[in-house]
Amino acid sequence: MRTGLLKGWKVRVGLSVIGFFVLLAVLGPWLTASVPGLDPRANDLTAIGLPPSAEHWLGTTQFGQDVLAQTIEGARGSLFVGFLSAVIGTALAILVGLPAGYFGGRTDSWLNFLSNLFIVMPVLPLILIVAGYMQGTGLWVIALIIGFFGWSGGARTIRAQAMSVSNRDFVLAMRTLGEPHHRLLFHEVLPHLTGWIAAMFLSGVIGGVMAEAGLAFLGISDSGAISWGTMIQAAQQQSAVLRGMWWWFVPPGLCIALVATAATLVNFGVDELANPKLRTVRRSVVRRAQQTSVGSDA
Amino acid sequence: MVTQIMSDTDHDDAGTTAARGADGDVLRVTGLTVEYVTDGDPVRACADVTFTLRRGEILGVAGESGSGKSTLITALTRLQRPPAVTTAGSIVFQPRDGGAAVDLVTASPRALRALRWTSLSIVLQSAMDALNPVMRLGAQFADALRTHDRSLGNDAAWARAAELLATVGISGDRARSYPHELSGGMRQRASIALALACGPELVVMDEPTTAVDVVMQRQILAQVLRLRRTLGFAVVFVTHDLSLLLELADRIAIMYAGRIVELGTASELYDDPRHPYTRGLRDSFPPLRAPLRRLTGIPGTPPDLRRPPSGCPFHPRCAARFEGCDTHLPELVTKGGHAVACRLHDPTQRPQPAPGTSTGGAR
Amino acid sequence: MTTTEAPAPVRTAPGGPPAAVRAVRRWGFLLRRLGFYAAAAAAAIVLNFLLPRLMPGDPSSAIVEELQRVSGQQVPPETLESIRAIFGDPDQNLGEQFLAYLGQLARFDLGVSVVNFPVPVSELVLQALPWTLLLVGTTTVLAFVLGTGLGVIAGWKAGSRLDSILTPLTAFLSSVPYFWVALLALWVFGFVLGWFPLSGGYDANLAEGFNLPFLASVMHYGALPAATIVFSAFGGWLLGMRNMTVTTVREDYVLLAQAKGLSRGRVILRYAARNAMLPSFTGFAMALGGVIGGALLTETVFSYPGIGYLLFESLNKRDYPMMQGVFLIVTLATLLANLLADSLYVVLDPRIREQG
Repeated sequence: MRTGLLKGWKVRVGLSVIGFFVLLAVLGPWLTASVPGLDPRANDLTAIGLPPSAEHWLGTTQFGQDVLAQTIEGARGSLFVGFLSAVIGTALAILVGLPAGYFGGRTDSWLNFLSNLFIVMPVLPLILIVAGYMQGTGLWVIALIIGFFGWSGGARTIRAQAMSVSNRDFVLAMRTLGEPHHRLLFHEVLPHLTGWIAAMFLSGVIGGVMAEAGLAFLGISDSGAISWGTMIQAAQQQSAVLRGMWWWFVPPGLCIALVATAATLVNFGVDELANPKLRTVRRSVVRRAQQTSVGSDA
Repeated sequence: MVTQIMSDTDHDDAGTTAARGADGDVLRVTGLTVEYVTDGDPVRACADVTFTLRRGEILGVAGESGSGKSTLITALTRLQRPPAVTTAGSIVFQPRDGGAAVDLVTASPRALRALRWTSLSIVLQSAMDALNPVMRLGAQFADALRTHDRSLGNDAAWARAAELLATVGISGDRARSYPHELSGGMRQRASIALALACGPELVVMDEPTTAVDVVMQRQILAQVLRLRRTLGFAVVFVTHDLSLLLELADRIAIMYAGRIVELGTASELYDDPRHPYTRGLRDSFPPLRAPLRRLTGIPGTPPDLRRPPSGCPFHPRCAARFEGCDTHLPELVTKGGHAVACRLHDPTQRPQPAPGTSTGGAR
Repeated sequence: MTTTEAPAPVRTAPGGPPAAVRAVRRWGFLLRRLGFYAAAAAAAIVLNFLLPRLMPGDPSSAIVEELQRVSGQQVPPETLESIRAIFGDPDQNLGEQFLAYLGQLARFDLGVSVVNFPVPVSELVLQALPWTLLLVGTTTVLAFVLGTGLGVIAGWKAGSRLDSILTPLTAFLSSVPYFWVALLALWVFGFVLGWFPLSGGYDANLAEGFNLPFLASVMHYGALPAATIVFSAFGGWLLGMRNMTVTTVREDYVLLAQAKGLSRGRVILRYAARNAMLPSFTGFAMALGGVIGGALLTETVFSYPGIGYLLFESLNKRDYPMMQGVFLIVTLATLLANLLADSLYVVLDPRIREQG
């Protein structure tokens, strides 16, 4: 399975991009601290709103801060929220989806109702309201809120998969033998869902990064923290568009898009592995085969 | 009782076929080769398949799963999709009205569409999957009917659909049902009625009875035989079940690893199987109307078509193999209408001292 | 002959249920969905009631103080009562508070906006709602049609050059944050090229109403926000539809449709696409949440006079009554849109009418 997964270019490219940004998030602060002129918080009053140059590769903000340094620092903030909210969201999704799919019956009815409720609710406004009451909160709280409201889609997936695994003969047989439920749930059913959970976690990270950016854009963020979202928000607030300072808001948005695209690519690869019908043959290969044979005598 | 029905119809048909045989051939397949194109080496699912189908005849094609019989079906009807590609051979269709013969392999999409359903139709293995779940049954008849007869009105097409359903014993008001509202047997019979909608000369059937129970299977086969007698279409009937073909088909082709290894009449194959593989197949199920004999399976598994064995593809599993079987690929040689691709039957290849476990010994 | 035909009617008997039973089942499914959405709406109302009461501090007093500060006068008693009904009254228990709250809602009294004192929230929301419905409604439909249509083509020609370019490209497009696309569009088409106005929903110099210049300005102002939303949203539909089409095209009924000699358009539309689009409807609810969230953010970028901008303003100015009111309306509208999608699904898939 592992070798098969890494074979496709989509998965490899996706994982490399994600790996790069994770590395940036981990090493970023060390990098910005050790390279002079790369302090994301230093205000250089001699360099205000400058376009990209040899000195500031990505230009400077209206406050005279280096955009490259901020983008590197922002990776940490954004990915921190992404990962933490994904951990919470995935845990909740398992907590709701697994028993629903495994036990079925009334347990399922209630839990499924709960997750359907959260599916049809517009989650972003909900998060906004809750975060709105807690103005001036840190990234931790924001990640908590995003994770707390963002589990419903995953729970639906887990429920469906848990249901199909729970109905397989080996689980039914062990159930008949009197194996305790918690053992079956965590030692037999859960391991079969690893692939789905991994895919869910990945989408959760991206959802978290996007939601954080959205919240920050609407002014809900830690005023001291730097994330890609706060960068775009600062640019918007300082009318970067009207000043033509594209270098301020383009890099952070591009980073979000790159991470999200990478995750989509990985999920593509996983989908193709899980569903062989999605694998396609390149048309050019087929055409060549036809030309060398039947096509020629037509 | 069921057996009785079958043997009656079987008997009737032998006569009809002989009479129709004079009309000539409806399909001539020559050297048909189908490959699955991959990024690596192509996989040859059908290799050098050659046979002719007489008008009104039922030709059975039998083989294990992976023998290439399903690939043959889609290639014959030119319904195969990439990565399956017909890389060699021809499928010449001769229309009944004496029109020009058409090679289905090279025919233009337009010419092919005109032939479809009016001359050449298909019944798929699972009617549940073959019928569009979101269209009423009648609509699925009507769109085929009206595509090939532009003058047919919508109401007339639905009325015709009801008539067609009646020919397979389904009440006409069922045309308004959706597929999921019908039982499995009804769906399968409906898809046979659908195949006959435009009066085709050739119907290709891909294991049409595997998805239904045995009683329904017998009924459906009896209906196919009866309709064939009244309508006179030819059938290519593909299945893994040789015993079924022995009762149903006029002639039978045995496929192994994408090749036809033996082709003859049903009785020839039953009484005198020449290829060791055919004999193995025959001996692996109990006879219906004969004294019981010891059942034996065929040892080993079908070959991996990605890495086919050298020489005769059956040689690794063959009890009667001899020197050279692993290097020489036997050709399909016809002797008195009964064709076999086995070096045991090739006088030039045959080992001089005839082995004790010789050809037709099992009788 | 007779022997072969005799058994047939026996098998015909257990077929499908009569039409009357089918109709009951069909409406039964819709009724169950209606019940679910009613429960969801109730949950939304309870949530709306509980949220301010669960929050730290006392929003009710904070709002009253803020109102007094803004208006410079004593808050009239009826306003005080309405604020307390929505945000909590220390003198009443939860049950009494909830009854009072329901009474408020029944009169569509969502309180008074702090920022725009003394304009009622309901009035502001009703003013903004048509703009959002226009923008989000048309763009959602457009994005769905465009994405689904292109998805069918990409899926039908899976592996072709078109597919191998379009699909990864769309994966990228659907990964880009809405508001960032909006900023880029604003910068390129509004600022650099100057083709579109930089903010607002219409030309403020024109009289509002059904006259041609005004409607033209609405189109002109709305074009960029609308294009942004369609651009960011169609990719999700395309990818889903592409994968479903690739799977559906392998179905036997599509093969049989081709075998019947039907025209290619008919095979694609009535057999492949018709079935492939069904999961899009079940996934609609999940996609809709994202679209609405994105659209609200897009409105903010363009200062478009809709619900999203209202929410943004109320968040920034801590206008709690407005926040609550907007949230309630957005939630109810989303539930309604989901109910519509479900009803459409019932029409499109005959099988769903028979199951739970």
